[in-house]
Order: sequence, then C-alpha cells, then structure tokens
Amino acid sequence: MAGSNNINITSPRWLLAELTYACPLQCPYCSNPIDYANYQSELDTEDWKRVLTQARKMGAVQLGFSGGEPLTRIDLAELVKHAKDLGYYSNLITSGYGLTEERIIQLKEAGLDHIQVSIQASTQELNDHIAGTASFQTKKEVAHLVKKHGYPMVLCVVIHRENIHQMPEILAMAEELGADYLELANTQYYGWAHANRDLLLPTKEQFEEAEALAQAFKEKVAGKMKIYYVVPDLYEDRPKACMNGWGTTFLTIAPDGVALPCHSARDLPGLDCPNVKDFSIEEIWNESKAFNFFRGFEWMQEPCRSCDEKEKDFGGCRCQAYLLTGDMYSTDPVCSKSPRREVVQEAIDSAKASADSANEKPLIFRNSKNSKILSKIE
Amino acid sequence: MTINPDQLIKFSPMHRLQWEEAQQKDVILYPEGMVELNQSSAEILKLCDGSRKLAQIVSDLEEKFATSGLTNDITAFLEVALKNGWIQQH
Repeated sequence: MAGSNNINITSPRWLLAELTYACPLQCPYCSNPIDYANYQSELDTEDWKRVLTQARKMGAVQLGFSGGEPLTRIDLAELVKHAKDLGYYSNLITSGYGLTEERIIQLKEAGLDHIQVSIQASTQELNDHIAGTASFQTKKEVAHLVKKHGYPMVLCVVIHRENIHQMPEILAMAEELGADYLELANTQYYGWAHANRDLLLPTKEQFEEAEALAQAFKEKVAGKMKIYYVVPDLYEDRPKACMNGWGTTFLTIAPDGVALPCHSARDLPGLDCPNVKDFSIEEIWNESKAFNFFRGFEWMQEPCRSCDEKEKDFGGCRCQAYLLTGDMYSTDPVCSKSPRREVVQEAIDSAKASADSANEKPLIFRNSKNSKILSKIE
Repeated sequence: MTINPDQLIKFSPMHRLQWEEAQQKDVILYPEGMVELNQSSAEILKLCDGSRKLAQIVSDLEEKFATSGLTNDITAFLEVALKNGWIQQH
C-alpha cells in the first residue's frame, strides 16, 4: 500500500526553489506543468525565507533557484543572502535573459555560488527560434560575464531533434565560452516536452552519433571541463533512478508554495501535495501523504516488486509510468522487463513518422496563451 | 595526473569544503553536486590551503594522528582529488 510507515526516512539534501512560473522565454520542452498559467499566486519573500530556513535545518544543502525565470523575482538577491547565511550552496538556474553585469555583481556579493546559463542552440537563428525570444547574443554575453566575475559556469543545452545535429558546434561553443561544466541534457518528456514529443524526439541513430561526439569531447577536455550527460531514457533498457528514490533526497517547492517530491509530481493524481503555507517542511517531508506515497518498495507491482534491481532504480520514474501507461504504480515502461514496453516503441515510432511526414505540425511554444488552451483541453 | 612534490597544494576556489551538521560529515560542494567525505579524506583536504606541499601535509597528519607511513595513502587520495578538480597545483 502506498504511504506505508515502516520506512527509514532520510533527510532532504536538495531543495529546488521554483520562485516563479514567469519567463520571457517560450521553450517548447519546458518542464513546468502545461497548466502553469492557472497558478498565478507566488510565495512572498518571508514565505521563501521560512522554507529555506526549515529545509536547511533538516539537512538540505544544495539549493537551486529556478522557475520559470528566477531573475524576474526582485527579491532574488535577498533570498540568496539568506541562503548564504544558512550555509547553502546556491545555484542560479537561469536563461540569462535580463541578467546585467550589475546584477551579477549584486548576486555575487549576496553569496551566490554558481550560475547555470541555458543556451538553446549553437546558432542565433535556431536559439532564438527555440527560445521564442531573441536572446542568443545576450546569453553569450552573460556567459562571459559569469566567468569574469569568478563564478563556476555551467552551460546547459537541452538536446532534441531540432538541435542534435549541432552537437559539434555546441561543444565548440562551450569551449569558447569557457564553461567549467557542460550539461548536455537530452530532453526528458514531461510537461511541454511531452506535448511536443513527436517534434522533439530524435532517432536512436541521431542519439548514438551525438553521444559518440560528446564522449570524445569529454576525453579531450578532461581536467578542464566536466560534462554532465543526461541520458535519453526512452532509448535505454533500464529506467533512471528517478529523484534518487521518491522522498529520499529531493524537495521541490513550486511558485505557489506546493511541495513536490519531484518537479513533475504535480501532474500525478491523488497525491494531495501539501503547501508550505499550511505546513512546516518537517511535517511535509516526514508526514505528508504525497512524500510517503512511493517511499520504500511496498507500493510496487510486478515485475518491480520481486526485481533484484529495485534498490538501484526504484522502479524508475512515476511520472513517466503515469504519462505513458496511465498507471502511476506500474513499472517505468522504459524498462525492458516492463509488460508495457511497447508504449515506448510507439512513442519512438510516432516521432519518426512525424519527422518523415511532409507537413509536420508546428511546435507548441510554452506561453500563457498555449497553457490556457491546452489545460482546457486536458 | 600526479602530485608534484615541489608545488604547493590548494583547495579549488570552484569548490567548497564544509562541515554538515545534519550528516555529521564534511562535504565538498560544487555546481549541482556534493561529495561526502570520510574523516581521513576531510583531514587531508583541510590542509590543502595553499601553504603546504605534499611532504608537509604528510608530516602534519602523521604528527596529528601519532603514526607513520601515510605517504602512499595520502598521495593516492590527493591524485584522486586533483583528477576531480578539488585541489590545484600551480
């Protein structure tokens, strides 16, 4: 049964603070929920400070300021300062859009440890198309400024069918910009990416070619740049150990204060995710229905339940199981042992058919208008 | 990568070494990542403050723990640390 109590609860290590759903970009693979436009309210500064304090006390140490675009919050530096005083390692996860040198300095003085800048492609034309906003030049300037002011810089590029052919140029760009880390994140098909999957999912051949290039580059830059490679799990035969296990490590707080065991969990039915306005982080983490839902192994079905790999991958991703099979308790269908593995092949075939089609439908960009249209349909 | 015995060893400014009360451990923090350290690794890294070379780190630790013969273990760990970018020599 879900929510069994006979489990040793570890304390959170990672706090993802989604400060806002507001964003000047419109990336069609955004991980925010499709219906984000329905959530207008945002926690205020005091709410966030309380959340940071309570989570830190429980042991959270890595802190991501994310969104949406976290720079749209005018109290960002104040929150960074509070995080610094508490001993967090704070990461700003940003599009870079609107990040001035003055603000970079202000955030450094407040104690920000690291800035991750996303770039959508290696060319202005494709970057600005995918981002839905003319932002390529400003992103490159921001990447230089981040280095200039002594931050470790992570360059994040989300990989999909529109830009995967640019892998050699993307790698060269990371080198030119002096990235300390390059995150090559193969798109994970949740939220907006799920809605656009037919247009974004590359073929296995494309993945393998891009991965070989990334692997060779990794060896070339060893000691200078680290590569974080997010695997394309639809082409794997074992699922990812999603969130390092449900309710073991990660805590996400959505802009309106809803606490989530992962940033996609909002889409799962019946979890009754609690709000930090009503409960303390300790109550949420230890006692809430949502955080206990998939803890441990009792909730599992076969083949997971008797699988000798269940302690390694925890049955994979609950959100992916739900999105692809309609049953959030089922084995992540990425697993070759899943009785529903065919749904993954269907997704791959459907994307291939779309790519081969003469009149492919257009990408659905992530904006409030599309959010309202799509959330009415769903 | 090998440790140059003639150069000072310092902890990387791109990483942070910190005691974590909740874990009762020292950890290394860096962009979106964390390494939990055992006590001996933490003791070694705390001496990588840019004022010591390999031999002095070894002798300081041998003195602190009233033992000898630590050179090989400490060198091996520092090579791992160098490879991971936790420490620098230049």
